[in-house]
Amino acid sequence: MDVILSVWRQTGPNTEGGFVRYEANNIPDHASFLEMLDIVNEDLNDRDEEPIAFDHDCREGICGMCGVMINGQAHGPQLGTATCQLHMRKFKDGDTIRIEPWRADGFPVIRDLAVDRSAFDRIVEAGGFITVPTGSAPDANLIPVPKPAAEASMDAAACIGCGACVAACPNSAAQLFTSAKVAHLNLLPQGQAERYTRVVAMVDEMEQWFGACSNHGECEIACPKSISIDFIALMNRDYIRAKFRQGRLAGQR
Amino acid sequence: MTTLDSKVPAGSIEDKWNNHKFSIRLVNPANKRKYSVIVIGSGLAGASAAATLSELGYHVKVFTYHDSPRRAHSISAQGGINAAKNYHNDGDSIYRLFYDTVKGGDYRSREANVYRLAEVSNNIIDQATAQGVPFAREYGGLLDNRSFGGAQVSRTFYARGQTGQQLLLGAYQALAKEIGKGSVEMVNRSELLEVVTHDGRAAGVIVRDLLNGDVTAHSAHAVVLATGGYSNVFFLSTNAMACNTTAIWRAHRKGAHFANPCYTQIHPTCIPQSDESQSKLTLMSESLRNDGRIWVPKAPGDHRPASDIPESERDYYLERIYPAFGNLVPRDVASRNAKTQVDTDHGIGPLRNGVYLDFKHAIDRLGEDTIRERYGNLFEMYERITDDNPYATPMRIYPAPHYTMGGTWVDYNLMTSVPGLYAIGEANFSDHGANRLGASALMQGLADGYFVLPYTIGDYLADYLNVDPVPTDHDVFTKAIAEVQDRTARFLATKGRRSVDWFHRELGKIMLEECGMERSREGLEKAIREIPQLKEEFESDVKVLGANESFNQSLEKVGRVADFFELAELMCRDALDREESCGGHFRVEHQTEEGEALRNDEDFTHVSAWEWNGPDEPQTKRKEELVFENVKLATRSYK
Ligand SMILES: Cc1cc2nc3c(=O)[nH]c(=O)nc-3n(C[C@H](O)[C@H](O)[C@H](O)COP(=O)(O)OP(=O)(O)OC[C@H]3O[C@@H](n4cnc5c(N)ncnc54)[C@H](O)[C@@H]3O)c2cc1C
Ligand code: FES
Repeated sequence: MDVILSVWRQTGPNTEGGFVRYEANNIPDHASFLEMLDIVNEDLNDRDEEPIAFDHDCREGICGMCGVMINGQAHGPQLGTATCQLHMRKFKDGDTIRIEPWRADGFPVIRDLAVDRSAFDRIVEAGGFITVPTGSAPDANLIPVPKPAAEASMDAAACIGCGACVAACPNSAAQLFTSAKVAHLNLLPQGQAERYTRVVAMVDEMEQWFGACSNHGECEIACPKSISIDFIALMNRDYIRAKFRQGRLAGQR
Repeated sequence: MTTLDSKVPAGSIEDKWNNHKFSIRLVNPANKRKYSVIVIGSGLAGASAAATLSELGYHVKVFTYHDSPRRAHSISAQGGINAAKNYHNDGDSIYRLFYDTVKGGDYRSREANVYRLAEVSNNIIDQATAQGVPFAREYGGLLDNRSFGGAQVSRTFYARGQTGQQLLLGAYQALAKEIGKGSVEMVNRSELLEVVTHDGRAAGVIVRDLLNGDVTAHSAHAVVLATGGYSNVFFLSTNAMACNTTAIWRAHRKGAHFANPCYTQIHPTCIPQSDESQSKLTLMSESLRNDGRIWVPKAPGDHRPASDIPESERDYYLERIYPAFGNLVPRDVASRNAKTQVDTDHGIGPLRNGVYLDFKHAIDRLGEDTIRERYGNLFEMYERITDDNPYATPMRIYPAPHYTMGGTWVDYNLMTSVPGLYAIGEANFSDHGANRLGASALMQGLADGYFVLPYTIGDYLADYLNVDPVPTDHDVFTKAIAEVQDRTARFLATKGRRSVDWFHRELGKIMLEECGMERSREGLEKAIREIPQLKEEFESDVKVLGANESFNQSLEKVGRVADFFELAELMCRDALDREESCGGHFRVEHQTEEGEALRNDEDFTHVSAWEWNGPDEPQTKRKEELVFENVKLATRSYK
């Protein structure tokens, strides 16, 4: 198939960017979206034009490295699908496709379609862990975890940290990412000891980088892992409790 | 030819590790902060090692070319991780896990390392669970297990089809905790381009900042390479796009012997290639073989759709040939059999390049819901890629390069032949022999990182108390920086006609054809002639646009592909030298009448560790004899 691309090109973080039009011809239907960009890049290289920079690695929707706005939608038109898993059969011959980087103050552009998402790491470093130094763990079956709790924790832990939630949010808020990280640990018995300190530390860090959540719900739709905004409610509940109780009464029910 | 000292401790296999831990020197806690350690890579092996070393008190600096430690290729492991917990009371034990792994590796691994791996496997599950890894549970809330190829017990722990992701998040979070405290310095988007030695010991590394091209030197008391495998030498593989050999290849050129480079694993269950534009192959977890049945049409050239082929005209060839293990034979056996089917015109799918993996019987027996619960995300992934619904029609699968058992040679302490330089995880060669069993790479990476290296590194460091690392303005560093900059400048100045990917793809074709699932003397000799020719062409005709001083992805790739060329040649020479078939290394000249791998224990019960002799002379082979005191060498039989 043949498609027309309008791609955001920007040579560096501090330079002006703009859209450039490219023709992508003879693209096989079963090519993935990124393979289509590979073909365009080969072509650019042949014509002595620098290839389009974009982040990617696993190309199976798990590393969270890829992600671009496709016709204004984070990761494009297919629900629950990362950019690397999107296939060209979802487009029609002759379509025009606009491709841009994530747009958010918390994610400055590095070059073309690649952005800097290190703010996500800062949120995890603030408290997104269970403190258990190597070697200090008890036998794994000493802590039974009710199956539904384990499943819910896994639903949250499925987050790949791609940043689509932030990119889709009109306020560039990172509530979905942060709440998924909080819920993954706060839902488990193992995570209880640090439950309240964790949520406060992570939310406070998040607020340094990202906007405020006003319940648009765009994030859930953009999420390639379909992570539910219910986790945001859970995070807010724990945050409010933590603020009231300062965590000191956490031992009481 | 000198033999290598593996430093395996004396004593019975059960006591070796314990005795060793007691006999090696410790660094006292107050002194640990006087030492600095550089870790390259933040996959399971690197992240677990860095977090643990930092908890112990060492200064740790970690480099990764990813934008975050959590993106390492370990994230894509699907199926699970083994441990000898025997939670299911089905007769598992440390000894059985050890035995299965040695046998699965076709008796080409080091017994003592494998036993230690089995011993610490249980600690890994405890550690990961305590970190909050949401492993699958049974209704009573206890941990669930599944079975995997090459084993007759259920010992595989899993988190849906995302076990690697969850284990990596566990290790990453442990690392993040240390980064947050300021005890680990984490450097993202930075790639090691040279290993620096001084007086025969590791002194540090040279890295390039991928965002602005800055090349800088970093020194430490010890350097740990946790940089993963080299399957991307085949161009198309199940590995992430950026996986490469540069770190361990640069170390090789600085004196780290490269062991068994020809031991590569071709995974049996991947989605077949659809055309030339394909950039990578997608693995469908081996766990699918638990419930899926593999078949092809009995008649050659039968191109009817699967649904039109009646039961009586299907050949469930693995169940027929290997009744005891059936669809759960080890990977090398499953892969080679699939190749035989396709080569004899039994292939299915539009390009006749696959075999079926069919869930119909499992769905009839267990219901679609159970299958969805077990494999839902894999089925979805398959459908997304192929546009076929595997609940209704059988999956199409074909083998693809996946894992490299070969790697940097290390002794029992995981130290390479360069003192102070360590290699852990897939980057080393140590535990899987000639074939790796499923769910054991995650186990090995975490064993090395959490429970082995943090002890053994102390024994080396103890000698260097109050000795400062080599300063980064020392000659060895400034020279190395200049060399790295030169190499980069040369790539940019070549201004040839063809892209880096073009050369990589051509190299991959040679490697897959001549050094893939089947190897022959003739083919290998041909490859050894062709690779240097292609390399020459690459050096004079590659086109890399742009500058060093910016985020330049072609420039990143060109250096990696240059190193793949040198590695590819060594792989072929190793495969040619090894006159036997074992595990993933199948030489057509060495097979039984039934077409099974035929080992040559007399001449090849050793590790081939290749020593670098400079760019103009081939490597010298050094041997580590493998001694089997516990497991008796036998012909592997899965019938
Ligand atoms: C699709 C797939 C599924 C798998 N499923 C399973 C499974 O179910 N069970 C199992 O046991 N195993 C599985 N494996 C194998 C297993 O995932 C890997 O062997 C293992 O995760 C490797 O871990 P590692 O830490 O050694 O390396 P990696 O996770 O590959 O990490 C390498 C790290 O090194 C860094 N790095 C590399 N080179 C450089 C350099 N020059 N400079 C700076 N940084 C560098 C990278 O950025 C990265 O951080 C699977 C593999 C694949 C491909
Ligand atoms: S490339 Fe890894 S999620 Fe898309």
